Amino acid sequence: MTPITLNHYLLLSAVLFSIGTAGIFLRRNLITLLLSVEIMLNAVNLTFVAVGRFNGSVEGQIITFFVMTVAAAEAAVGLAIVIALFRHRETLTPDAFTSLKW
Amino acid sequence: MTPWLFYLFATITVLCSLAVIGQRNPMHSVLLLIGSFIALAGLYVGLDSPFVAVTQIVVYAGAIMVLFLFVVMLLNAPREDVAPGAQVPIPGGIKAFGSVLAVGMAATLLWALSKLVSTPFTQDAQAGARVASVRDIGIMIFRDHAFAFEVTSILILVAMVGAVVLAKKTV
Repeated sequence: MTPITLNHYLLLSAVLFSIGTAGIFLRRNLITLLLSVEIMLNAVNLTFVAVGRFNGSVEGQIITFFVMTVAAAEAAVGLAIVIALFRHRETLTPDAFTSLKW
Repeated sequence: MTPWLFYLFATITVLCSLAVIGQRNPMHSVLLLIGSFIALAGLYVGLDSPFVAVTQIVVYAGAIMVLFLFVVMLLNAPREDVAPGAQVPIPGGIKAFGSVLAVGMAATLLWALSKLVSTPFTQDAQAGARVASVRDIGIMIFRDHAFAFEVTSILILVAMVGAVVLAKKTV
C-alpha cells in the first residue's frame, strides 16, 4: 500500500467541502444548512492541519483554533436566528421566509 | 499514519457527512455529524496534532453539537417539511446560474487538485516530524498571535450577546 501523502488529505478535504456545499443547496431545513456549513469549516480545518504538518509548522494548528471559535460563534448566532424564525412561522423551511424578497 | 487507518477514518468521515445531508431527520443528522467529527479527530492524531484532535472532540463534538442537539429538541420539529405546495418554484434562469456556479466550483477544485505534487510527509527527525506539544501551541498563541486571540474573545462576547438578544422572547 502506498504511503499517505499530503494529496490524500487534500483530496479528502475537497470531497468533504463538496459534500458541505451540496448540503447547502440540496436541503430544505435551516438546521441542516448550518450543519453543512460546519462540514465545510471542518474540511478547511483538515487542509490547514495537513499543510501545517507538511510544512513542519504549528501555524496550521493555531488557525484551526480560530476557525473553531468562529464556528462556535456562528453556531450560537445562527441557532438563535433559527429559534427566532421558528417562533414566527412554526417551520424550518427556508422557503417560508421570503418576506424580504421583492 | 498507517494507510489503512487513514482510509478507515476517511471512509467514516465521508460516509457520515453524506448521511448528514441525506437525512430528513435533523436529530439523526446531528448525531451522524458527531461521528464524522470523531473520525476527523482520528485523522488529526495521524497528522501529529493530538491537541487539535482533543479540541475537535471537546469543543466541536462536545459543545457545538450539543448546542445543535439542544435546539433540535427545543424546536420539536424533527421532520423536514415536504409540503410541495409551500415550495417556491425556482426560476429557470436561477437554476442555470446555479449550475454554472457548480460546474465552476468543480472545475476549480479539479484544477487545484491536478496541481498537486505527491510528496510524502517528512518522517525523519526534522522539525516537521516533531509533535507540537500543548506548550508550543500555547506559546505561539499567546505570544505571536496575541492580538488575534484577543479579537477572538471579543468575537465570542459579541456572539454571546447577539444570541441572547436574538432568541429573546420579545424581539
